[in-house]
Amino acid sequence: MRSYLELLEQANSNKSKISEIVILREMEATGLDREQLLAKMKLNYSVMQQSVEQGLTSEWRSFSGMVGGDAARLIEYGKSERTLLGHTMNKVAARAIAAAEINAGMGRIVAAPTGGACGVLPAVMITVQEIIGSSEEEIIMAFFTAAGIGMVIAERASVSGAEGGCQAEIGTASAMAAGAAVELAGGTPEQTAHAGAIALKNFLGMVCDPVGGLVEVPCIKRNAMGAIKAMTAAEMALAGIKSAIPLDEVIDTMASIGRQMPCSLRETAQGGLAVTPTGKRIEENIFRG
Amino acid sequence: MKNSRVFDLLGPIMVGPSSSHTAGAVRLGLMAGKILATEIRKARILLHGSFAQTGKGHGTHLALIAGLLGMYPDDERIKIASQLAESYGVIINFENIDLGQVHPNSVKFELTGANGQKSTIIGSSLGGGKVIITEVDGFRVKFTGEYSTLIAVYPDYPGMIAEITTQVASAGVNIAQMKVSREGRGRKALTVIEADEVIKDIVVQHIKGLPKIEKVMYLEQMN
Ligand code: SF4
Repeated sequence: MRSYLELLEQANSNKSKISEIVILREMEATGLDREQLLAKMKLNYSVMQQSVEQGLTSEWRSFSGMVGGDAARLIEYGKSERTLLGHTMNKVAARAIAAAEINAGMGRIVAAPTGGACGVLPAVMITVQEIIGSSEEEIIMAFFTAAGIGMVIAERASVSGAEGGCQAEIGTASAMAAGAAVELAGGTPEQTAHAGAIALKNFLGMVCDPVGGLVEVPCIKRNAMGAIKAMTAAEMALAGIKSAIPLDEVIDTMASIGRQMPCSLRETAQGGLAVTPTGKRIEENIFRG
Repeated sequence: MKNSRVFDLLGPIMVGPSSSHTAGAVRLGLMAGKILATEIRKARILLHGSFAQTGKGHGTHLALIAGLLGMYPDDERIKIASQLAESYGVIINFENIDLGQVHPNSVKFELTGANGQKSTIIGSSLGGGKVIITEVDGFRVKFTGEYSTLIAVYPDYPGMIAEITTQVASAGVNIAQMKVSREGRGRKALTVIEADEVIKDIVVQHIKGLPKIEKVMYLEQMN
């Protein structure tokens, strides 16, 4: 999938959704039939739902003991009168943290596109399903739109923090989720592109600087922000707001910024938050202890 | 990444936290265990580069053990793999090693099986849960486990490769790739055959039964 524009044009000429084009291309490329692809995606979604559920309800500790229990804390606060996000957006943030916490505690998740960013897609998709009342079939299909955006990013740039920084992980997840949310809410193929572009633009330059090299700090909380930005970008696109820079060009920009990032800011834990006095102290405690 | 596929972006289903340091490590252990091809008794695991440095916080040790015990990357028992190994009486030792110019996430396994059989395997985790095996029993190889993989070791003499491929082809299996590595002319050779379909056990048994064959290992395709 070399460009999103290609997908858009095909969707428009077929008068179909982006997800339909992605699934047709995948059938052709893999030889699998539609049912097999849908079944595989359905399994992914059910594991995503389980990871969120588990993260919200259990006192799950991360492997290092550095983090845990924040999803439960956040969802509890969301029930109060003073929730600033409102109940719905509070759930988006809490669900994203929930899956990311499960990941950090060696629980089962779906990499989307990576383990570090595994909370964004489930949080957005589960919540949009609740808001719109989408059917199981619709939600499973929308994941193919998310994949379409991700595949273009993987081919034109990268989805690995070690190569492109956190913009490539959380940024990609957020763009994927934004596009899928638009499709679920009844937006046009163009609007999925605008949503993806708006989301990704807001992660450009974000470095990968995990404390101690672990997928915990700042990763888990970045999942919440990735999900919130996806929802905001989707809402903007649905309202008819356009991204001045098209998605493909935003992706190329992300690739170029990634190449300019020094190695210290690409997952090596040698820069950014990882080398703050506190970050270093935490690292010492983990690896000495 | 060229030609990415839908489930590269949404998947794999795995136990966290890291697709390279955890899921990839489970796969490496799993493949190493299958190459040993018998119940495992002892493992010396040598960690290189980033596996040695940050492995601990990512559960890489547990992941490697879990794989050796036959678990897949989505098995929730990975967390307790160490205790499980102990309860099965499998002795595991970790050390650090410098393997030279290899991928930063690399590991060398020195395995001993129930009947004293030994295998040495080197492999790397390439990211996104993808792995590559680069050495088996001193032979340089290159396979990923994404295909059904058959490995045969035998004294290097003319006609041997043809005999093996005939067995595979006669079962109607399409060979995707094949590579032969030699220890030196006229000595030992190792052939790796990667196929699109499952190679049935009966075919593997036939190849094992070929005269002069020393060792045959078979790894089912992993997704
Ligand atoms: S900081 Fe690095 S490890 Fe953490 S989520 Fe971002 S890209 Fe992944």
